[in-house]
Amino acid sequence: MITYPQQRTCPYHPASGYEELRDGTPLRKIRLVNGQEAWVVSGHDQARALLADPRVSADRTNAGFPMIVPPAVKAVHTSPNRPFIVRDDPEHNRVRRMLISEFTIRRLREMRPDIEQVVHDTIDTMLAAGPPTDLVTAFSLPVPSLVISRLLGVPYADHEFFEKATSDILRGRTPEVSVKATQDLIGYMTALAQDPPPGLIARLKADHVDTGAMTTDDLAFTALLLLGAGHETTASMITLSVITLLEHPEQLAAFRADPGTVPASVEELLRYLTIVESILRVAVDDIAIADVVIKAGEGIVIASSLVNRAADAFDDPDRFDLGREAAHHVAFGYGVHQCLGQNLARAELHLALPALFDRVPGLRLAAPVDELELRPIMTIQGVDALPVTW
Amino acid sequence: MHVEGDREVCVGAGMCVLTAPDVFDQDDDGIVKVLHEQPDAGEEDVVRQAATLCPSGAVKLLT
Ligand code: HEM
Ligand code: SF4
Repeated sequence: MITYPQQRTCPYHPASGYEELRDGTPLRKIRLVNGQEAWVVSGHDQARALLADPRVSADRTNAGFPMIVPPAVKAVHTSPNRPFIVRDDPEHNRVRRMLISEFTIRRLREMRPDIEQVVHDTIDTMLAAGPPTDLVTAFSLPVPSLVISRLLGVPYADHEFFEKATSDILRGRTPEVSVKATQDLIGYMTALAQDPPPGLIARLKADHVDTGAMTTDDLAFTALLLLGAGHETTASMITLSVITLLEHPEQLAAFRADPGTVPASVEELLRYLTIVESILRVAVDDIAIADVVIKAGEGIVIASSLVNRAADAFDDPDRFDLGREAAHHVAFGYGVHQCLGQNLARAELHLALPALFDRVPGLRLAAPVDELELRPIMTIQGVDALPVTW
Repeated sequence: MHVEGDREVCVGAGMCVLTAPDVFDQDDDGIVKVLHEQPDAGEEDVVRQAATLCPSGAVKLLT
């Protein structure tokens, strides 16, 4: 019997055990690794329809919710102060609307010079230290971590603390480690939210906490979400993109030759790599879709890595093809929860990847791809370390 | 073709602005603003694409 999720064996392909889920049946009820049953969705139209359907809920406190998450994530996502990513409208919308002005295309355009500076400074430091190195600690992680901490007004001097705590929460190693990491990070953010340095947190405090629209606890959990979502994901995308491009030298050559191809290439990397493999929901009403009925209270798992390889949405979907039209991928989700930071992530990827290949032309992997240790299931997909040289 | 941006349902993802920057913008609050409601014939394809990529259904096409 097929189960979900399953461990990847290649950093850029969905688990081979998912083959059965790719026969064209858009959704089916199967048993998850935690013993619950849920509808696992691999069809592109159905995934988008469900993610945009108001009868579909992101509320983790619903008994039928498919809880395939590490324990510390579950604790944060079911706490009374849980962030808006796990709430439904209108509560979700109320907080999201406080934030969208910070992430508009125009704001991102204004941030580009700063992001570019961060990218080049990070490469300078990496080059000065010399090869070989671990690309994750030398480049992939510091770039988004610096960018998000500056945007939020979180002191970057604390980056080792918040990076490790975030990783401990998302990874859920032992219960003791993740409980302590959660408490430490919530404590840190609560203190920061009371007297924030200049930045997004301070702006939220002035506009919404000081006016009584938001509590300090809500601000702390919102900031925690932005900080965590803002660095782990983008870091993983940078690392996996580097692996994938180095493994496809002809595509890399085209990518380097023409800066005009970068935005479309980044969409293809997002589609192909789908680092957030599953988007979790529960039905709050009966939903008839593709000849089945999802009953109220049943769990829904959008298998994004399979949706992004649906044959009726992408030609020859397992082919990595930087020239294809891939913008309709669901790597950032769909519907009202679609990634708030997607244009920040795009800006970082558009700037970081070409600069890295430009300034380190001899960059190559220092270990074979099949020897890399891959992140376990229920985490943001990727690797924790990437030995490289040049 | 006539385009509308529903400011109540917009979630500010900016996909419309990315896809058809001559037709859509976001206001200071990050909410969709349609720059011209009657796109030129040459713009209709990207406007249609913006409507399918909009995650919230806020981009509405009336023909
Ligand atoms: C390549 C990097 C990224 C990927 C692949 C990614 C992926 C996702 C996905 C799939 C969702 C939807 C979750 C759901 O529907 O349940 C999401 C939501 C979210 N992401 Fe990202 N993300 C990335 C970068 C970022 C960055 C840089 C930020 C910075 C602030 C961010 C902040 C958020 C927030 C706040 C939400 C919740 C939005 C809501 O519920 O309305 N993400 N992201
Ligand atoms: S794509 Fe849709 S949700 Fe996003 S800004 Fe445009 S109208 Fe709003």
